[in-house]
Amino acid sequence: MYSRRLEISVGGFVLFGALCLAFLALEVSGLAQTRSTETYQISARFDNVAGLTARAKVSAAGVTVGRVIGIRYDDKTAAALVDIEINDQFATFSADTSASIFTAGLLGEKYIGLATGADTVFLKDGDVIYDTQSSIVLEELIGKFLLNMGSNK
Amino acid sequence: MLGYLQRIGLAALSQLSNLGRAGLILAQAVFGRSRAGIHWHLLIHQVYAVGVLSLSIIIVSGLFIGMVLGLQGYTILVNYGSEQALGQMVALSLTRELGPVVTALLFAGRAGSALTAEIGLMKVTEQLASLEMMGIDPLRRVVAPRFWAGVISLPILSLIFVSVGCLGGALVGVSWLGIDSGSFWANMQASVSFYDDVVNGMIKSVIFALVVTWIAVYQGFDLVPTSEGIARATTRTVVYASLAILGLDFFLTAVMFGGI
Repeated sequence: MYSRRLEISVGGFVLFGALCLAFLALEVSGLAQTRSTETYQISARFDNVAGLTARAKVSAAGVTVGRVIGIRYDDKTAAALVDIEINDQFATFSADTSASIFTAGLLGEKYIGLATGADTVFLKDGDVIYDTQSSIVLEELIGKFLLNMGSNK
Repeated sequence: MLGYLQRIGLAALSQLSNLGRAGLILAQAVFGRSRAGIHWHLLIHQVYAVGVLSLSIIIVSGLFIGMVLGLQGYTILVNYGSEQALGQMVALSLTRELGPVVTALLFAGRAGSALTAEIGLMKVTEQLASLEMMGIDPLRRVVAPRFWAGVISLPILSLIFVSVGCLGGALVGVSWLGIDSGSFWANMQASVSFYDDVVNGMIKSVIFALVVTWIAVYQGFDLVPTSEGIARATTRTVVYASLAILGLDFFLTAVMFGGI
């Protein structure tokens, strides 16, 4: 029957659209991997966060363990406070963990690398990391380099 | 001098009354009372005419646009030694811009013009008038199913376009140019966010769908009932819809992605 075939083809059309949405969600945007699980929040105090943005990844030993959720300026200490969200399954960062800002590749995006310490007390929700290494500002490096060249003469 | 002023005033008034009529037609078609409830079989028939029959053009153009993006992106990115970023480039440009916009443009040409011509022909042959004589509201019976069919179909077509385009980009990038398939997809997944990119693209698509089908059914319903009138209305549908899509796209992009 004509109408039946037509209805089946419309059903197939809608189903095809749903499949494409699933493809976009899972394969293209990787939704399954970034689906937020239970997290806890810590902060890190940096002297300079130039180039770091919200949603940048936070990694330990090269494995992504969390994300930057916000960057604030703390006017009391004149430093930047970076709020970090870490998945609950990575709950064993020692209290003396250090955080550094790295660059992925030469021109890549900035991310935060965590290196855990020796302390037996673990970081918990709301803790602040003070042992940090700021992001490298290329202009400052070039400035230092030029200054050294001048003094060597 | 006064003549000019008068002409400007006349043009403004007629534009304003066109806009008002278009709004009334839309409101009556969407919110008007119908004794029979929603005409499901009419809606399904229209989704077939507007959506299913547009599938082939959407799939073919999506595939080729994805492949061209892959090829063009590769020739540029390879200069910087970062051809792995191809997946990211293809997927982001498709989900954010090209998917919704190109699908809507194709839809305006393929389905919008057909809607206008169909409704226009019904008006010319006085089918709309005879429906009214029988006590059936043509806005509910003829315009409403076509409007909803367009609003339903275009976002689905856009999803299909983006998916096929990403596969086309992968076809060129991975199978032909030899980018590692793992880094191609991983880069894509790392940079495309479902809520910010895919969902925002779909919101764009829904808005385009509303505007395009609205223009198409209004032009069909409101044309001068002659064969020349149909020709003009069909042209106007495609031109106005395309301009509306491109103009709106700028504002939507500014609102969605401009603040980041």
